[in-house]
Amino acid sequence: MALKASKLSVGDTHAERLVEDLKRTQIVMYAGASGDYNPVHTDEVFTTQVAGYPSVFAHGMLTMGMTGKMLTNYVGDGRLTEYGVRFTNQVFPGDTLDATATVTEVADGIVALDVSTVNQNGVEVLRGTAKARVD
Amino acid sequence: MAVEKFPVEASHIMMFARSVGDGNPIYHDDEYAKSTEPGGIIAPPTFVQASAQFDPNHGLRPKIDGDGWFGSGGAPSGAKPRGDRKSGGGGGGGGGGGGGLHAEQRFIYHRHMRPGDVLSATSRPGKTWEKQGRRSGKLVFSESVTEYRDLNGELVVTAIGVGVRTERPVDQG
Repeated sequence: MALKASKLSVGDTHAERLVEDLKRTQIVMYAGASGDYNPVHTDEVFTTQVAGYPSVFAHGMLTMGMTGKMLTNYVGDGRLTEYGVRFTNQVFPGDTLDATATVTEVADGIVALDVSTVNQNGVEVLRGTAKARVD
Repeated sequence: MAVEKFPVEASHIMMFARSVGDGNPIYHDDEYAKSTEPGGIIAPPTFVQASAQFDPNHGLRPKIDGDGWFGSGGAPSGAKPRGDRKSGGGGGGGGGGGGGLHAEQRFIYHRHMRPGDVLSATSRPGKTWEKQGRRSGKLVFSESVTEYRDLNGELVVTAIGVGVRTERPVDQG
């Protein structure tokens, strides 16, 4: 269901849990679907012994994709007009992520949102903005 | 990245939606999708990233008859990371200690993709800039702008990606 401009106010929020205890297998699924097979996401041996990270970590685009689910659940299917993010911290297997959209403006049939995704330690892993058509 | 032909297919949309944990039936159930405002299956918002599957030169996919993959086999790494490895959508790619990471991504939706669309993508470099990072040394950012168009030449999605190359792995502290 699409949002109604008349029922939206600046500061309104919508929050969802994106994933609890992120599994390596989900990262593998994302690698397979997206075609980004960079071993730092799926190959523990390479990542710890060659790349120098404590473990494999999620594609930034997996976090953006999961956060997109929260957005489309909020604004409705086919309503997004813009969605942009910055990846501010890495996401590792075992992480639990929560995403929040906050209304920053409603004008001319478009809602503007701030978007933020945090991990179980309250560390922001993604922040950005989105716009969507509203009724 | 240049992709001549990115066929948008229902099963690919289903698998992509699963991989981001999105069970919305508009991504897999044709009957349900007919009852929604878009009136049919559409692709989730970040789906153009999967166009990498259709880039014959995508550097982050082992090549069938290629020059050796840099992930582990018998040894921790099969090959040295190459400088030209780039991920789709303009995110910097590459493995190795001071490898590339995806820093930012932005999409502008002119319309939403549907199964049956056949898109092409052309990329052009955008800005580049440098910054001194607290946790990973000197950071070199580079932007690329990718336009996805349909068979009529109409713009469907504009993707602006920023990749960053770090001097050393990001400190986890």
